[in-house]
Amino acid sequence: MFSFLVKRLLQSIVVLIAVALIAFSLFKFVGDPINNMVGQDTTLDEREALRERLGLNDPFHIQFYHFISNAAVGDFGISYRHKVPVSDLIAERAPATLELSIISALLSVIIGIPMGVYTAIHRSGFISRSFMGLSLVGISLPTFLIGILFIFLFGVILRWLPTFGRGEVVAIGWWTTGLLTWSGIKSLILPSITLALFQMTLIMRLVRTEMLEVLCTDYIKFARARGLKENAVNFGHALKNTLIPVITIIGLQLGLVMAFAIITETVFQWPGMGMLFIQSIEEVDVPVMAAYLMMISLIFVGINLLVDILYAYVDPRLTIDGGAKHG
Amino acid sequence: MTLLATKNICIGFPSRHGMFVAVKDLSISVEPGEILGIVGESGAGKSTVGNAIISLLQPPGKVISGEVWFNGQRIDNLSVEQKRRLRGKKIGMIFQDPQTSLDPLKTIKQQLVETIDLHLRLGRKGSEQRAIELLEQVGIPDPKLRMLHYPHQFSGGMRQRVVIALALCGEPELIIADEPTTALDVSVQKQILDLLRKLCIEKNVGMILVTHDMGVIAEVTDRVAVMYNSQLMEIGVTQQILGNPQHPYTRSLISAIPRPDKRIERFPLVTYIEDVIEPEDEFDLSCHWLGRSRDFSMQVAEDGTILQVENLCMRFQISNSIFKSKRRYLDAVKQVNFSIKEGETFGIVGESGSGKSTIARMVTGLYQPYSGAVHFLGKEISAINHTPQVLAYRRQMQMVFQDPFSSLNARMRVMDIVAEPIMFHKLASSKEEAQQIVLDLLKLVGMSDDAYAKYPHQFSGGQRQRISIARALATRPRFLICDEPTSALDVSVQAQILNLLKDLQQELNLTMMFISHDLPVIRQMCDRVAVMQHGQILELAKTEQLFTDPQHSYSKHLLSLMPKLDMLTQRSQKTDLQALHG
Repeated sequence: MFSFLVKRLLQSIVVLIAVALIAFSLFKFVGDPINNMVGQDTTLDEREALRERLGLNDPFHIQFYHFISNAAVGDFGISYRHKVPVSDLIAERAPATLELSIISALLSVIIGIPMGVYTAIHRSGFISRSFMGLSLVGISLPTFLIGILFIFLFGVILRWLPTFGRGEVVAIGWWTTGLLTWSGIKSLILPSITLALFQMTLIMRLVRTEMLEVLCTDYIKFARARGLKENAVNFGHALKNTLIPVITIIGLQLGLVMAFAIITETVFQWPGMGMLFIQSIEEVDVPVMAAYLMMISLIFVGINLLVDILYAYVDPRLTIDGGAKHG
Repeated sequence: MTLLATKNICIGFPSRHGMFVAVKDLSISVEPGEILGIVGESGAGKSTVGNAIISLLQPPGKVISGEVWFNGQRIDNLSVEQKRRLRGKKIGMIFQDPQTSLDPLKTIKQQLVETIDLHLRLGRKGSEQRAIELLEQVGIPDPKLRMLHYPHQFSGGMRQRVVIALALCGEPELIIADEPTTALDVSVQKQILDLLRKLCIEKNVGMILVTHDMGVIAEVTDRVAVMYNSQLMEIGVTQQILGNPQHPYTRSLISAIPRPDKRIERFPLVTYIEDVIEPEDEFDLSCHWLGRSRDFSMQVAEDGTILQVENLCMRFQISNSIFKSKRRYLDAVKQVNFSIKEGETFGIVGESGSGKSTIARMVTGLYQPYSGAVHFLGKEISAINHTPQVLAYRRQMQMVFQDPFSSLNARMRVMDIVAEPIMFHKLASSKEEAQQIVLDLLKLVGMSDDAYAKYPHQFSGGQRQRISIARALATRPRFLICDEPTSALDVSVQAQILNLLKDLQQELNLTMMFISHDLPVIRQMCDRVAVMQHGQILELAKTEQLFTDPQHSYSKHLLSLMPKLDMLTQRSQKTDLQALHG
């Protein structure tokens, strides 16, 4: 187990450095940040001085080295636009995004898995057929369209729910949460459902396919032949065996949910990291973009590691030490 | 009182093209303490009978007509819930493959306790106690500890014992065993059959044993039902059916079983089966492409040795570690030496895990030997690194694999499958020539002309194995390695394939390395045999010598495990006598 962890951690570091390199070199081509920072009447000399001060005149590898060595201790520099440290900016925005994506990930798992199990067991029932039909909508409609439809239906016509912002938030230390106020919860409903819909349908379809496969295996047939009750067979034996591939996908999707949050946050004017990222792209705010990408890749790598450890926990055959085989 | 009786049951699978009837008008009965065998080849409907009795037919299959009576109660018209209550409690079932019959994510204890508590309501403690007793009964040593293990920590035979323990949890009165020993080694098969027999006698349990193996039938059953093409051919006391079969199908089926007791030139075919196409030798091989332009430029050694294997070793790493001392290895093949002369058939026999297939894979170059050398046609091929040179040798050596279902690419047409090696080695000058060769090859292995445009899934197992053989012959090899070529096939098909291999060997002067766990087949096919265990050759002898006078204790042990077909021998003696008198 230990050597496995060490190996995975080393791999993760390589991945992170690669992401940093690609991100950093891409940003060299998005435009000149100085143009957006200074006014019309700044002289060329002043611009050059600023350039020198920000280290933009250094060769690429020196800049990259500075970036990496600072990033390693959590210092992503100062935002060109906001003129405050990037880490402060992200810390301010992160709770909004994390709350949104975790709630929608939970929604998609809590609703998606039972729906998948149900449609697998009652394969040709009316309800499962309608689930399957609806899930097509969830998979094929793009997130922003669903978001706009929701805003139109629940915000404009029915006027039930707010359509933008986080509502009232409560600060607990540096973390701000909308879960403790009524208006915060109401504001969370539409964006989290919008964000969850795609994942939910994906998980449902995946669970259904895997479950159908598991239900055809010999051990399920043997469990039935022993006279076990349907529920014991379906939930005790079949579901657990279904979960292994599902865990992988859920892990990957959790990362995607955070990345996809960009679109949802834009549609619902959600003050999270995604919005911050979009604004930084418009303003060529390189430190913020770089920090955001690094954070997302760190989350991806972390989740993957967690999934691998979970695997060994769920499936005894995968214990990394490989339990002694007896005759 | 009769334990179980089926009265004229018909089982059908409705489909878009109408009803497919899997079992027609079947009437069988089982008494308590009796073992009834159901024997037949694949597709005969024998497993369907078992599944129908326990009402686990794969949907949309259903019993169309007829009745099933259990202990004087009609059970085929019960409700779903009532049927479930019968399962496990009154009727238990054992499946073929112990590798897949157990839930891989739960410990043996969890699975046993769950089932016992459901049927006997003993509570947690009581169920645990009962589970230990059951495991002891089926012969699992140290059950208290082993119970905590997961299925993958048991060997195949042990797993089948666990499966039997699970089937016994509800103390059923009838057990349906569907090919319970087919996936197991001979020695384990014997233990499991003995165990089943013992349980039937001790607990007065009735059993239906579904199998394709006449040896198993002869060994343990009291009565036997022979099925062919969804119908019952005949049913009666085992000795009578095997010793003096009345139905022509039974007769030809029995004659097709490889004889363990003496060597015969050709296998009698099951003539009752309709789709046999005997290869017509219309073309003369000596002037045909296949026979004519074979590459004999590479000479065999003076004494005729075509393949020589020296101190061959193979080791697999089973657990990795940064520290060398902590790495663990499995020595699959240890210091193996043998040589094969041109034109002979060299057999390797042993139980699973003995390293037979690993040797084949090292000889063909699929595995790189850990140490040792493979000399082929006087050259150490395991040491050549230069690709074109290796190819020239590889072309002379081809392999036929065990499983005809996975060894053919499902997305390629038969034409392309067989032509691939020809095109790869540039053996034909044009596509048209290659096509003609493929057609001839298919004809040679007894396939009809229209086969070449079809896909593998359109063929039966035996036909697919013929295609594999055609593909192996397509490079005009001198050396053919057959790795369990017939163990996935029915007896009747096995007879055809083995005959085909014998014919081809004679016509093309092939040398063969024949790997099998099936001693009777080895006896019929091979000139010399190596007996392997734990990666080592224990005995290497002429086939007849091995079978009449085995030297090593393990060889003796293996030979003693061969299912006794005494009843068949008696019959043949009888017919021999009749022939004498007639």
